[in-house]
Amino acid sequence: MGASPSVSIAIIGSGGAGALTTGDCLLEAASTAGWHGLFTRTLGPQIRGGEAAALLRLAVHPVDCLPDEFDLLIGIDWLNAHRFGAEIKAGPRTLVISDPRGGDLPPMVTQAGARIVEIPMKEMAKAIRDGRPNMISLGIASRLLGFTVEQAFAPIAKRLADKGPGAIEASLAGIKAGFGAASGIDLGVQLTAPQPTSARRWLLSGNEATALGAIRGGIRFAAAYPITPATEILEWLAPGLTRIGGVLLQAEDELAAINMIIGSSYGGTPALTATSGPGLSLMIEAIGLATSAEIPVVIVDVMRGGPSTGIPTKSEQADLNIAVYGLHGDAPHLVLAPQSVSDCMFTTQWATYLAETLQAPAIVLSDQFMGQSRAAIERPADVAFIGARNTATEISESYKRYAKVAGGVSPMAIPGARGGQYTADGLTHTERGIPTSGAVDHLAQLDKRRDKLEQFNFGDHWASMEGNGDLAVITWGSLTGAVREAVGRAAADGVKVRIVAPRLIAPVQPERFAKALTGVKRILVVEQTHSGQFHRYLRAHYDLPAPVRVFHRPGPLPITAGEIHRAIMNWS
Amino acid sequence: MSSIVTNLACKPGDYKSDIKPIWCPGCGDYHVLMSFTRAFAQLGLQSEKIAVISGIGCSSRIPAYTNCYGFHGVHGRSLALAAGLKVTRPDLTVVVASGDGDGYSIGGNHFLHACRRNIDMTYVVMDNHIYGMTKGQPSPTTEPEFDTALAPGGTGVRPFHPLVVALASGANFIARCFSGEPNETADVLVEAIKHPGFSFVEILSPCVTFRPDEKAWKDLVRPAPVTATGDQGKAARRLMTDDGFNLGILYRGNRAPFKPAVEPTTTDLSELEKDFEL
Repeated sequence: MGASPSVSIAIIGSGGAGALTTGDCLLEAASTAGWHGLFTRTLGPQIRGGEAAALLRLAVHPVDCLPDEFDLLIGIDWLNAHRFGAEIKAGPRTLVISDPRGGDLPPMVTQAGARIVEIPMKEMAKAIRDGRPNMISLGIASRLLGFTVEQAFAPIAKRLADKGPGAIEASLAGIKAGFGAASGIDLGVQLTAPQPTSARRWLLSGNEATALGAIRGGIRFAAAYPITPATEILEWLAPGLTRIGGVLLQAEDELAAINMIIGSSYGGTPALTATSGPGLSLMIEAIGLATSAEIPVVIVDVMRGGPSTGIPTKSEQADLNIAVYGLHGDAPHLVLAPQSVSDCMFTTQWATYLAETLQAPAIVLSDQFMGQSRAAIERPADVAFIGARNTATEISESYKRYAKVAGGVSPMAIPGARGGQYTADGLTHTERGIPTSGAVDHLAQLDKRRDKLEQFNFGDHWASMEGNGDLAVITWGSLTGAVREAVGRAAADGVKVRIVAPRLIAPVQPERFAKALTGVKRILVVEQTHSGQFHRYLRAHYDLPAPVRVFHRPGPLPITAGEIHRAIMNWS
Repeated sequence: MSSIVTNLACKPGDYKSDIKPIWCPGCGDYHVLMSFTRAFAQLGLQSEKIAVISGIGCSSRIPAYTNCYGFHGVHGRSLALAAGLKVTRPDLTVVVASGDGDGYSIGGNHFLHACRRNIDMTYVVMDNHIYGMTKGQPSPTTEPEFDTALAPGGTGVRPFHPLVVALASGANFIARCFSGEPNETADVLVEAIKHPGFSFVEILSPCVTFRPDEKAWKDLVRPAPVTATGDQGKAARRLMTDDGFNLGILYRGNRAPFKPAVEPTTTDLSELEKDFEL
């Protein structure tokens, strides 16, 4: 049995079988013991019932992508499991645990040449008073992964604390039964023991990380309209903001949400909204207003498959164009993209800081994959990016809200400040904010808004840059994790690759980008869109100094490290 | 309204800016501006503690003509912008200015929800039954037979009844004024601003350019023959049956205004982080 730095597990069941609970408990047990992990749930379109699968990867290192193939696949039952066929890959090394009464094995199992071991999970559960087959599966997985019964039981005991001793006993009995049933079965790989650490792991989704990053950056007001897959940001922020004296308003629609946050920010309270593609489309007009009136706001777009209603529960990177180019007029603004669950916190905090500092709207492009995945991570470091707006304090008679100043960021009077009265406006305006259609004022304010973004020093956080190979993979967003893994495999094959993954999408950074690509011989662009939006964006703004290939495809299936690795090896 | 600092020395002129309005000569909105400044002076408000928020249209030009803080935003969304401001800055007096196109057409949904939400602010709609800034298209309050270039022979569509909609949606104060009576209008605005919760004031404000027929309004309007009621059923009957020219405060509710909990239980962000620690 070989040691492996990472092991992956998929648990499938029909609605109510509890596969997701098993996945959640395994992640918590592993992270308590010191491993890192990533847990993605995948569901049919039903609100309740229907099929569900828990996809889990545990490792000694941070995990930012799912595996190409699963080491362990547990089918509590196989009803409708074929729907996950494209998503859950099995292979000859996969161990499949199947309930003989769980229905016909799906083609993804029968065609994989996988080892199949039958364990009657449903029957075993029936033998336990109030027993549930997912607890049997938890016991089986725990044994195969090398956890103790106690480690497997702790998370479930916490969850059932208010359900009474009967439920807790039933679960413990189920785990023990599964543990026993897995005795003598060899998974084929052994998860390497984690490095001892005194730091307590954090367990959170990218959406929760986004919300906490926003608060760390200074956000104290949020307004939003519910939308999949962004809603978890709001559901954590609603009580979270209240605890620190902030407010969340549920708006009547996205048009209201964006305007509410502009109102809050105009009044001096840093503000955020969170949405997905359809909502971003509705917000675009008012984001232009925030650009013109120079009101800092943060808009998080948790991207899903598009266009239109698209695939609400699956990831894609196809909102890049609308985020960068969607505003009418020449409307410079900030666009940022986090690269992992953990980075959702940093990037949202940084976006808040930048919006406040530069008095401009910031769009944060997260996506469904990292937004709704739960990860076991180390506590993200505290960073000093806390929004500090240049406000007008000592206001003289000659105060001009939109004065041309060095750097372009003019002091903003906050309502209540005597003598600072001005009318914020979406109309072209003078330095005082008075509407005008004059050419000189129009140009002056366009220049001002461009210069404040272009002249700002964004520092090293603008991109992740790793390695120095002469093949550069340029990617962005949540794909960075899969690219990093693919590049690691290429290194094992003797191919050196560098990664350039911009976190700051707009304003563009041509000098930094050119420096990052110094000496490259080949370029591979990797993105999850149908039309190659990121490639076109790169072509529009940057000099790509070597032959370029593009690996891109749409959702809903996540792009795997294996696919990227093949693209790298074909270009080496 | 909140934190009123009464200053009897305030004069309407203190609330006027030096910017010359773009309105046509004879536009009713000049008088509405006069009513605003008179109301602010009567209340003795500090101009920097007032925010006048608007959308797009002739009426929505009003913020810059005051000496208050102002926001001239996008078309139809002023109520939402004002909600975000008032909820986070309850110390400010927030007055929203709109028109029948901005407020009842493109902004109609926000009108319903602002009434429901009942945030303490005053919503003034200058209703001239026409789109003036875009030069004479029918609005939701235009009569169905009124002939325009965009709807030759009239829209044939029943006009919107803003006061009834406001009542049904939960507005806490409903009044109708006529711009040609700036003193009476100012008095109503004072009451509206003082009244807790969402106050809705519709001001009939003639468009002399595209609706010269509205010059006749001055002979049609009259003080409502009854005093304000707090009974929604009675108010509904009155509003449904009046001819649109009864002026004054027509409904005065006592619903508690929206007040989010903003007393922090912690200022230590590491308390929040405990949600995620294992």
